[in-house]
Amino acid sequence: MASTVTLTVNGTTVTREVEERTLLVHFLRDILHLTGTHIGCDTSQCGACTVHVDGRSVKSCTMLAVQADGSTVTTIEGLAAPDGTLHPMQAAFREHHGLQCGFCTPGMVMSAVDLVRANPTPSETEIREGLEGNICRCTGYHNIVKAVMAGAEAMNGGTLKAAAE
Amino acid sequence: MANPNGIGAPVRRREDARFLTGRGSYTDDINRPNQTFAYMLRSPHAHADIISIDTADALVSPGVRHVFTGADMAADGVNSLPCGWLIHNKDGTPMKEPPHYPIARDRARYVGDIVAVVVAESREQAKDAAELIVVDYAERPAVASIRAALDGTAELVHDDVPGNVCYDWHLGDKAATDAAFARAAHVATIDLVNNRLVPNAMEPRAAIGEYDPANGEHTLTTTSQNPHVIRLLMGAFVLGIPEHKLRVVAPDVGGGFGSKIFHYGEEAIVTWAAKKVGRPVKWTAERGESFLSDAHGRDHISHAELAMDADGNFLGLRVKTDANMGAYLSTFSTSIPTYLYATLLAGQYKTPAIYAEVTAVFTNTAPVDAYRGAGRPEACFLIERLVDIAAQKLGMDPTALRRRNFIPKEAMPYLTPVALQYDTGDFAKNLDMALPMVDYAGFAARRAESAARGKLRGIGFATYIEACGIAPSNIAGALGARAGLYESAEVRFHPTGSVSVFTGSHSHGQGHETTFAQLVADRFGIPIENVDIIHGDTAKIPFGMGTYGSRSLAVGGSALVKAMDKVERKARKIAAHLMEAAETDIEVKDGRFTVAGTDKGVTIGDIALAAYVPHNFPLDELEPGLDEQAFYDPKNFTYPNGCHICEVEIDPDTGVTKILNFTAVDDFGRVINPLIVEGQVHGGIVQGIGQALYENCVYDEETGQLLTGSYMDYCMPRADDVPSFTVAYHEDAPCTHNPLGVKGCGEAGTIGAAAAVINAVVNALSDYGITHIDMPATPEKVWRVIHAHKPAMAAE
Amino acid sequence: MYNFTYHRPATLADAVSLLGSLEDGKALSGGQTLLPTLKQRLASPADLVDLSGVPDLKGVREEAGGLTIGAFTRHADVAGSDVVARVIPALAHLAGGIGDRQVRHMGTLGGSIANADPAADYPAAVVGLGAWVRTDRREIAGDDFFTGMFETALEPGELVTAVHFPKPDAAGYAKFANPASRYAMVGVFIARFGASVRVAVTGAGPFATRVPAMEAALAASFTADAVAGVTVPPDGLNSDLHASAEYRAHLITVMAKRAMEAMR
Repeated sequence: MASTVTLTVNGTTVTREVEERTLLVHFLRDILHLTGTHIGCDTSQCGACTVHVDGRSVKSCTMLAVQADGSTVTTIEGLAAPDGTLHPMQAAFREHHGLQCGFCTPGMVMSAVDLVRANPTPSETEIREGLEGNICRCTGYHNIVKAVMAGAEAMNGGTLKAAAE
Repeated sequence: MANPNGIGAPVRRREDARFLTGRGSYTDDINRPNQTFAYMLRSPHAHADIISIDTADALVSPGVRHVFTGADMAADGVNSLPCGWLIHNKDGTPMKEPPHYPIARDRARYVGDIVAVVVAESREQAKDAAELIVVDYAERPAVASIRAALDGTAELVHDDVPGNVCYDWHLGDKAATDAAFARAAHVATIDLVNNRLVPNAMEPRAAIGEYDPANGEHTLTTTSQNPHVIRLLMGAFVLGIPEHKLRVVAPDVGGGFGSKIFHYGEEAIVTWAAKKVGRPVKWTAERGESFLSDAHGRDHISHAELAMDADGNFLGLRVKTDANMGAYLSTFSTSIPTYLYATLLAGQYKTPAIYAEVTAVFTNTAPVDAYRGAGRPEACFLIERLVDIAAQKLGMDPTALRRRNFIPKEAMPYLTPVALQYDTGDFAKNLDMALPMVDYAGFAARRAESAARGKLRGIGFATYIEACGIAPSNIAGALGARAGLYESAEVRFHPTGSVSVFTGSHSHGQGHETTFAQLVADRFGIPIENVDIIHGDTAKIPFGMGTYGSRSLAVGGSALVKAMDKVERKARKIAAHLMEAAETDIEVKDGRFTVAGTDKGVTIGDIALAAYVPHNFPLDELEPGLDEQAFYDPKNFTYPNGCHICEVEIDPDTGVTKILNFTAVDDFGRVINPLIVEGQVHGGIVQGIGQALYENCVYDEETGQLLTGSYMDYCMPRADDVPSFTVAYHEDAPCTHNPLGVKGCGEAGTIGAAAAVINAVVNALSDYGITHIDMPATPEKVWRVIHAHKPAMAAE
Repeated sequence: MYNFTYHRPATLADAVSLLGSLEDGKALSGGQTLLPTLKQRLASPADLVDLSGVPDLKGVREEAGGLTIGAFTRHADVAGSDVVARVIPALAHLAGGIGDRQVRHMGTLGGSIANADPAADYPAAVVGLGAWVRTDRREIAGDDFFTGMFETALEPGELVTAVHFPKPDAAGYAKFANPASRYAMVGVFIARFGASVRVAVTGAGPFATRVPAMEAALAASFTADAVAGVTVPPDGLNSDLHASAEYRAHLITVMAKRAMEAMR
């Protein structure tokens, strides 16, 4: 059972024929070869697959590609500026060493951007609670929280705060 | 002029550029032309004879290319997955080492044991077909725990392993220890369970097998921490592929924590199947499979006693530990509860006599092997809990009792009664640094303030030492290691002065591409952008042992220094030639080679160009080129150590423990990149907190079913479970036997944290008449303690 | 997951007619429970009827002083709704604590209650507020809607279209989340309507139910202290790896107290 889906992914409109059981994450990874979106669990908890659908963070492992038909999807590959300039949140993760193995990172960054769009000046507690749906095994979250704080400031037009040295 | 990206600089990571933009290349991101997909059909039973397997319907299912069983592998002469460390029993006989086939042959021994493999055109088609395979099982009773395994009447996991005992091993001087207990004024005792954990690297394991009939070459791309080890084990022992015809690539790897050291059956299966199928075969674990089949960690039951004199001086330590190996021996499983555990039982203390006995048992559970810390967290937890119990018993402050028994720095190097020689360490300094950071003096007031709000506050200490960079090879070999423990590096200068470094270490989060490049930039005074670190591909790098046991910088970094030494020796000769000076007059600083007493000088770039375009070059004396390789085999372990302090507050209504503060002071020797080091500590701490408060791998005692097989039931620490941390380190006691003075930082957090947390929890509950609570200290467990005991104060 | 045929009707009538005519059809709402279930091959419906294209099922409006929330309204939209925050702030608080951010962006009210997970949050509000569940064919009282573990009063093919929540004078919700899954291990919703009080518990038993002893105690004195002394027997409560029935019973009292403290 196949269906045709049309989505705008990172600014480009794509139309593909897919098996209806195809998850959005498989559509992105296997069909569009956008492998920055990862799969870390099978129970919709780890958040490694987080992308934005119509401007909101969702777990792309828990959405069918056909459900996203007609939607606008942004993945980690679409976050930086076309000239390659990192999004302030990406830059903040680098500056504050908010990633180690990098596997949860795309989902974490997409969640952080969504979080800050909804709450431009989150407290540490709000950041920690807001990232409840993303599991990281490497960083102990400490530097992720610092990165999101700094990324929020930069997204609000401030300069990116440097990591303390 | 110091290099801004040199040693000691918090250089922002270079690898982040690809990880942050979704351009990492993890195994599952890689697709090969014409690839097929494997699905592993796993036993749903913990213990069952395989009577028959009917694959007929699966074979005709849409998209299916092949279905393989253990019999197919046996027919091809595929061997058992080897164990890398031979342990001898107390009586000198070797341990039991039953075969561990990639696909089970006659019997399945744990839920998740592979019984058949479907190869199809798509993942879903392979899975669809696997449901059509009919396996006729004859179930046997499951042996699901250590206690069950050692029950004299237990079913045997392996018919030729009586009593389910893999080995019965000991270390230390029993007579001296018994004598210490005979004259003890006080004895502190503990019975504890070190809870079983699932490592849970966020990237599930994956593997792609390829075979090129044109030249007979096999390629395995896999989620490994040590591709050469996999090549050696799989090529030489399992599949019989000569190493020059087998390439193993470990690309970007999404975390390991030990679980990706080992050679797993799936790696052999896809490599073997690719040749059978004639197309690439890819397998990626679903998280549920990871839970079932990744090697688990910890799982000890211990009884320990500490003998003290009247003043609290430690006289002797006696430890009896039963350790779960699971159903089969994973690659380094046997070494974990022995040489990486019992040897650490001295901790930071001058306990003169120690005797440890370890019984390793087989059970119908997933294999158990190294998980971050591997043996050392278990040792630290046992000692540090016992020391707290001793302090409680003596009515002493826990820091005072520790201080009284610390090995003084003046005693270094110090030979422990459990076979290690600590080279350096200043344990009192760690504590001196840490106590003001946590305002220990103000704790009583904080506890009272919590009590006023109806909450229970506790503080806990853990002073740990670990042994990293396991070595030297000859001694490890004498103790049963079946592999070398050196590391390799090659430093290849290019004609225009840029450098490619090939390292046998493997980075799966540790940031080698930055730290190792800092070493090169620092040494040769070149921009860090001119240095690339290449790792993870046996076709590119010299034979290396990979990354585990916090060894990368201490062993791999030292190999890199040795290779740079060789480069410099040659460069010196070239410089002397270029400047028409005597070699003995050449001075080297920050990559600049000058003639003493003159203003003549050349850079390493000039020298590299001369080496590759040898028009003006001492060709009669030197070969062209500037490309050197080195292997480094350490003389000793390194001994990172530190002091971790945790402060908790318990809500007696719910039993919930909240961590208010966690402070770590560590001695990692010299620090190359403080940003990365601190990140390693943070991550380690949370894995320790996870073990202490949240994580627990549970099998059903009766059926051997894994009850915590997903994130719905296995509790991973999340951002809102933990606070931010305070971490500090000192560099006053660098390692004495490696050229960088480094000790390693990868596991420290995990080693110290669990003990600090539980000591804090027990401290918070000190009015409730308990001396110990097993991990994880879940809300219900804590609540039960509170409700089972009336507070001592209330009874007064 | 197994293959299925996907439908996305544009009207409620079409959705109802599809679900009525398909042999083995299943409504797909936010999918946050259904899709994981399908991925694990624990269910194999032949057809999925996606409700996202039905405009009638979405949105929050004030009705008869209370709130009527369309079945396809996502948790994040309830949590973020100014109207909900004004009329029944405890309901906004509850919705804002379901799952995690990403789940709240997809999951829906109707999907949650039709699934009737014993550990879901919304059932506590449906029962605790004495809500009315509207379907394509009738209204079902909140007290009658949940009938067992993953069981409701819905007939085959019957579709939840909206839930009407009467406005209480005050309401509060407190939950003790399962540390692993973050579902409610025990969640207590308390609402006062004049002199009468409703107390509903989710997570503790097979389905959300009321606690008459607590309701009586709170009707006599609507204070946290009044409920602190009311204990609930553990009989019939869930018992699993994470919490015994006895501990859950204890937590009901603690969470009831906290729901009172969170009264808004």
